[in-house]
Amino acid sequence: MTDLSNRKPETGAFFSRDRLWHPPGLTPGYKTSVLRSPQKALLSLDGTVSEITGPVFGHSILGELDNDLIHNFAKPGESAIGERIIVHGRVLDERARPVAGALLEFWQANAGGRYRHKKESYLAPLDPNFGGCGRTITDEDGHYAFRTVKPGPYPWPNGVNDWRPAHIHFSVFGHGFAQRLITQMYFEGDPMIWKCPIVQTIPDKAAVEQLVAALDWGNTIPMDARAYKFDIMLRGRRSTLFENRMEGN
Amino acid sequence: MVQPLGTLKESASQTAGPYVHIGLTPNFSGITGVYESDLGATIVNDRTLGRRITITGRVLDGTGTPLKDALIEIWQADAAGLYNSPSELRGSADPNFSGWGRSATDGETGEYRFETIKPGRVPFRDGRLMAPHISFWIVARGINLGLNTRLYFGDEAAANAEDPVLARIEHRVRVPTLIAAADGDSYRFDIHLQGEKETVFFDI
Repeated sequence: MTDLSNRKPETGAFFSRDRLWHPPGLTPGYKTSVLRSPQKALLSLDGTVSEITGPVFGHSILGELDNDLIHNFAKPGESAIGERIIVHGRVLDERARPVAGALLEFWQANAGGRYRHKKESYLAPLDPNFGGCGRTITDEDGHYAFRTVKPGPYPWPNGVNDWRPAHIHFSVFGHGFAQRLITQMYFEGDPMIWKCPIVQTIPDKAAVEQLVAALDWGNTIPMDARAYKFDIMLRGRRSTLFENRMEGN
Repeated sequence: MVQPLGTLKESASQTAGPYVHIGLTPNFSGITGVYESDLGATIVNDRTLGRRITITGRVLDGTGTPLKDALIEIWQADAAGLYNSPSELRGSADPNFSGWGRSATDGETGEYRFETIKPGRVPFRDGRLMAPHISFWIVARGINLGLNTRLYFGDEAAANAEDPVLARIEHRVRVPTLIAAADGDSYRFDIHLQGEKETVFFDI
């Protein structure tokens, strides 16, 4: 594991998490949360070195096609079926500083809304050339990009007739274990976003809108792929001014 | 009017969903040939310093049913109490120990498993030593925001008794929810999402 940034590593504790902005644990409209949500108060803990530090991943873990879901599962000379898109953006922290060297992992359904998973029961077909996973690491300015096909919406057993809007799952590492985040990206203009019980777990409309990627006409590649821009924000760190010195520092 | 702080909001969390293993442990989920191996599957190698231990357990819902679709990540210090992280300024951690692991719960039994080493002690914010512990992060379908907790070791009674984090648990009856039962070099740590035995989760 190597630090990709030339900047001095930061050691401040993270801003406290705004838990009214995130979905609460118990969201009865999303039925599975009912038996899986803690009912007791969380124990508040200002970050110690155990939370402030975190693993950092070097580019050496990446294969050439890791950020190309159109090809990374496809047979030689073939490619996944669907609307070709590029997803790109930046990982920033709450102070609007770029997060360099952030590992992003993403997974999604195929263009017909079908996941490659043994527990998946939707009748839409698998695409033999689409696996559905990819990963990349942000550059010095926090930028990332990957290529994929636009996932389809799909029905899921919750309400009698609930459908997920088209979405891509993102897992994000910052520089501290307390920044660990999983979220989902939605697509501009999709009317199904606002019907989804999982989207509706988020109390604030502005927080949902922050998860909707914009169609990025400028970066669309003519005759090839449309671009969507999706920035991801991670928790920021306090400046270490006036902090108690930790032993050994 | 005042000057704007210019801060952004953290992206809101969304559940990892039922297919988190496609993205984070694709080989485990049967998607082979994309990544050589699943990230975080091995934490130690032949040269890692410290006492080898195994941690197993389950994640249980409010009815006591194990989750068969959860994913757990751990983060811990090396045998000397140093983290393998650029933000670790107290010294250089064992280069043969990543400190970070990832395990899916088994699709049949709900068991997770980590092969790692016993971590050393690391300081609390005021310099007092914390008892040896491992940070846990749990995500799954139905969990809207990843859950943070800690594993402490059942064979560290003296260190646990002076641990400044465990000391902050008001309801002492809940402290054992964070303590893994020791059986030689094997430790058992079940995580209860709800109920009388609900694990203490942290807002970190």
